[in-house]
Amino acid sequence: MNTRALPLYATVVIFLLAYLLCWLQFPNILSTRVIGNLLTDNAYLGIVAVGMTLVILSGGIDLSVGSVIAFSGVFIAVILRETSLHPLVVFALLLALTTAFGAAMGFLIDRLAMPAFIVTLAGMFLARGAAYMLSIDSVPIAHPFYKTLQSAYWLMPGKGRLALIGVVMLLTVLAGMVVAHKTRFGASVYALGGGEATARLMGVRQGRTTMLVYAFSGLMAGLSGIVFSVYTGSGYSLATVGTELTAIAAVVIGGTLLTGGAGYMFGTLVGVLTMGLIQTYIVFDGTLSSWWTKIVIGVLLLVFILLQKGLLKLSRDRLGGQG
Amino acid sequence: MLLTIRSLTKTFPGTRALDAVDFDLAAGEVHALLGENGAGKSTLIKCLTGAYHRDGGTITLDGAQIDPQSTVEAQEQGIGTVYQEVNLLPNLTVAQNLMFGREPRRWGLVDSRAMRAEARETLRPYGLDIDVDRDLGSYSVAIQQIVAIARAVALSGKVLILDEPTASLDAAEVRMVFDVVRGLRARGLGIVFVSHFLDQVFGLTDRITVLRNGRRIVTERTADLDRVKLIEHMLGRALEHEVAGQTAEPVASDRVPLLSFQNFGRRGVIEPYDLTIGRGEVVGLAGLLGSGRTETAELMFGVRTATQGEASDAKARLDLSSPRAAIAQGFGFVPEERKTDGIVAELSIRENVILGLQARRGWARPIPRSEQNRIADDYIKRLDIRTSGREKPIGELSGGNQQKAILARWLAMNPRFLILDEPTRGIDVGAHAEILRLIRELTEAGMSILVISSEIDELVAVANRVIVVRDRRHVAELAGARVTGDEIMRAIAAEEVAA
Repeated sequence: MNTRALPLYATVVIFLLAYLLCWLQFPNILSTRVIGNLLTDNAYLGIVAVGMTLVILSGGIDLSVGSVIAFSGVFIAVILRETSLHPLVVFALLLALTTAFGAAMGFLIDRLAMPAFIVTLAGMFLARGAAYMLSIDSVPIAHPFYKTLQSAYWLMPGKGRLALIGVVMLLTVLAGMVVAHKTRFGASVYALGGGEATARLMGVRQGRTTMLVYAFSGLMAGLSGIVFSVYTGSGYSLATVGTELTAIAAVVIGGTLLTGGAGYMFGTLVGVLTMGLIQTYIVFDGTLSSWWTKIVIGVLLLVFILLQKGLLKLSRDRLGGQG
Repeated sequence: MLLTIRSLTKTFPGTRALDAVDFDLAAGEVHALLGENGAGKSTLIKCLTGAYHRDGGTITLDGAQIDPQSTVEAQEQGIGTVYQEVNLLPNLTVAQNLMFGREPRRWGLVDSRAMRAEARETLRPYGLDIDVDRDLGSYSVAIQQIVAIARAVALSGKVLILDEPTASLDAAEVRMVFDVVRGLRARGLGIVFVSHFLDQVFGLTDRITVLRNGRRIVTERTADLDRVKLIEHMLGRALEHEVAGQTAEPVASDRVPLLSFQNFGRRGVIEPYDLTIGRGEVVGLAGLLGSGRTETAELMFGVRTATQGEASDAKARLDLSSPRAAIAQGFGFVPEERKTDGIVAELSIRENVILGLQARRGWARPIPRSEQNRIADDYIKRLDIRTSGREKPIGELSGGNQQKAILARWLAMNPRFLILDEPTRGIDVGAHAEILRLIRELTEAGMSILVISSEIDELVAVANRVIVVRDRRHVAELAGARVTGDEIMRAIAAEEVAA
C-alpha cells in the first residue's frame, strides 16, 4: 500500500465514523433527505474545492476564489438586470472571464517567478473590488430560467431531493478526478508538486502547466459562482468572504498534502461532506452554537496536518533504514 | 565512434571551464570521466545534456552533429543522464515515473493498464520485478537509481551518462547497479561514468579520461593505468622519490596535547577515528574529493553530530553537538564554500568581522560601534585586507580578501582550535602565500589548526602532521620527515606506506 494514500483512507474512515456517531444520536440523519441537502448546501464549496485541489497538488495556492465567486454572482445578477441576454449566454461569458482571470494569474506566477500566495492575494482584492464596482447592494435575480434551475431536482427513494446544483457538484468532482488522475496534464501537475526542478528535467512544460492549473481553478470558481447564485437567487459583493480558506481546509481534510504532489480528488469531496456533516449535526442538535463548526474544523485540520507530518516521517525513516 | 567531441570550449566570466577538450565514446563501452573539483567534468556533461550551451567545438553523435538546447532535446537525440539524486519523482508510482510524458492513451485518457504493462516490460531486462503501482519513494535508493537508468535508456537509447550514480549506495547496492550497467554495455550502449570512487572506476570501466583545470590530461585504457598513475594525472604532479619542499616542524609527540578525539565517527559518514591535536600544531587532512575530509571536520565542529566516540581536552569531555556548542569550546570553522557558508555578501567588512563575536555576546549586548571599528581596522591592518575601507560590502572584495575577513571573524573570537576547509580555494597566488604565512604565525602564537586541502604542496608547506583519508576512513598518519608530497600521494593511492 502506498503511504501517499493513507490520508485518503483516514479521511474516509473519519467521515464514516462521524456519520455513525451522528446516526447513533439522531437516527434521522441517515436519510436521503439529509444527504440531498448535504450535497445541495455544499455544492458551491465542493466545486471550488475541486479547482483548489488541483492548485494545491501543483504546489500552489489560490486565494482569489472566494472573491471570484462573489464577483460571479454580482456579474450575473447585474447583466441579467441590465440586458435581455439569456442566462446561459451570461454563464458562458462569465466562465470565459474567470478562466482568463485564472490563466493571467498563472502566467504571472510562472513568468515573474512570484509566489502564488501573493499573486492570488492581489487577484482576491481585484475580484472583490470589481464586484463592489458592479454593485454594492445585493441584486436579486428574477429571471424565469433561474426558477427552473432552482426547482429542478431528482426525487431519491425516501423522498430526498437531489437538486440540480448537487448533481453539477458531483459531475464536477468526477471531471476533476479524470483531469487529475487520467490525463498527462494531471501527471504534470503531480510532477510539479513533487519537485519543480525534477519535473522540468522529466520534460514538464512548467509555464503551460502552471497557467492551465490556475485557469482551471478560475473556471471552477466561476462555475461555483453560478451555482451559488442559483442557490441564493441573488448576487452580492459581500458574499463568500473567506470561502477560499474553507476550500483549502476541505482539501487538506480530504487528505491532500498542502505542499503539493500527493492527494486525491475524491478525498476533497469527502472533506467537503465532512465539514457539511458537522454543520448538519449542529442543526440537528439545536442547542449548539454554529461556532462549534469552526472549532471542530480547526481540530480536524490540525489532526490532518499532524497525520501528514507523521506519514512523511514514517516513509522517510523506512527509506533511511533501507539506504 | 558513437560519440565524438572535438575541441569543446566553454568559458564562464573569469574562468575557462573547458579548454578545447576532446572526448570519444564507443558503442558498448564504459568510459570513466575523472578529475578533481573544478576540473571541468560537470561542465562537459552539462554541455552534452544541453544544460549549458558550448562556446566552441563540435559534438557528433552517430555521425551527425548535434547541438542540444535542453535536457529534453538531448534525450530525444539519444543522450540520457542519471544524476546522483533528483532524477525522478518519489511521489509518483514507478510506472508513472517510467512512462512520464509518453503514457499510452485511449480516447485521450491515460490507459493505466497499458501503462503498467509497458512499465513492467521496460523493467524486465533489468531483472527488476517490483510492484510498479507503488510510489517510487517507497523503494530503496538503488532501485530508484535503476528505474532512473531504465527511463533514461528507454527515452534516449544511445548514450547514457551516469553522474556519480553510486554516491549514496552501499556496497551491495553498488553491485546491483553495476550489473545493470554491464548489461547495458553488452546491449551496445555507450556509457559515460563519472565517479570519485576509484575502486568502482577500475572495477567497471573500459577506458578513463582525466580532466584537470578544464583540459583533457589523458585518455587511456583502464587496464593500462594503475592507481598511482591515475592519481598523478588527477592531481597533476608526478610521484618522485625525493623529499619535496621543506616541512614545517618535526614530530608532534613532544607537543602538549590540546584536544583528543577518541573513536569519533558517524555511521555512513566517516568511520570512527582517533586523533590528538597538540597545542600550536598544524594538522593537515589530505585525500581525494569525497573521501571524507570535510566530513571529518564537520563532525568536529558539530555541523553533523558524531554518533559514537568522544572529544575531550586536558580537563573534561567536550560537548560538540552543534556549531554553537563547538564555538563555546573555543572552536572555529572556515568552511569550504566561502560564498554560501562563509560571507554575508551584502554586509560590510566590519559587520562580517564582528558577526561571530557579537553572536557569542548575545544580541542584547551590542558591541559599541567604536569597539567594532577598532576590531575591524585592527584586522584589516594585521591581515592586510585590501579594501577602500571597513564599510565596503564584503561581496565586492576579491576571494583572497574575503577569506582573510572570514579568518578575522574567527580570530576576533580568539579560538584555541581553528578548522580551515580549503582555505586557499579560488584565491590568487599572492593571497595564497599570505594565508599560509598567517597559518604559521597563528600557530606560533599557540593556536592549533586543522587544514583540509586538495593541494598536497600546501599541506607539506604548513602541516606538522598529515592525516590521509580514503573511502571515508583515516588510513594513514604522517609526521615529521614523512610529511612529503610523495608519501601523501602514496597513501592516497592506497599503496603500502613503508614503516
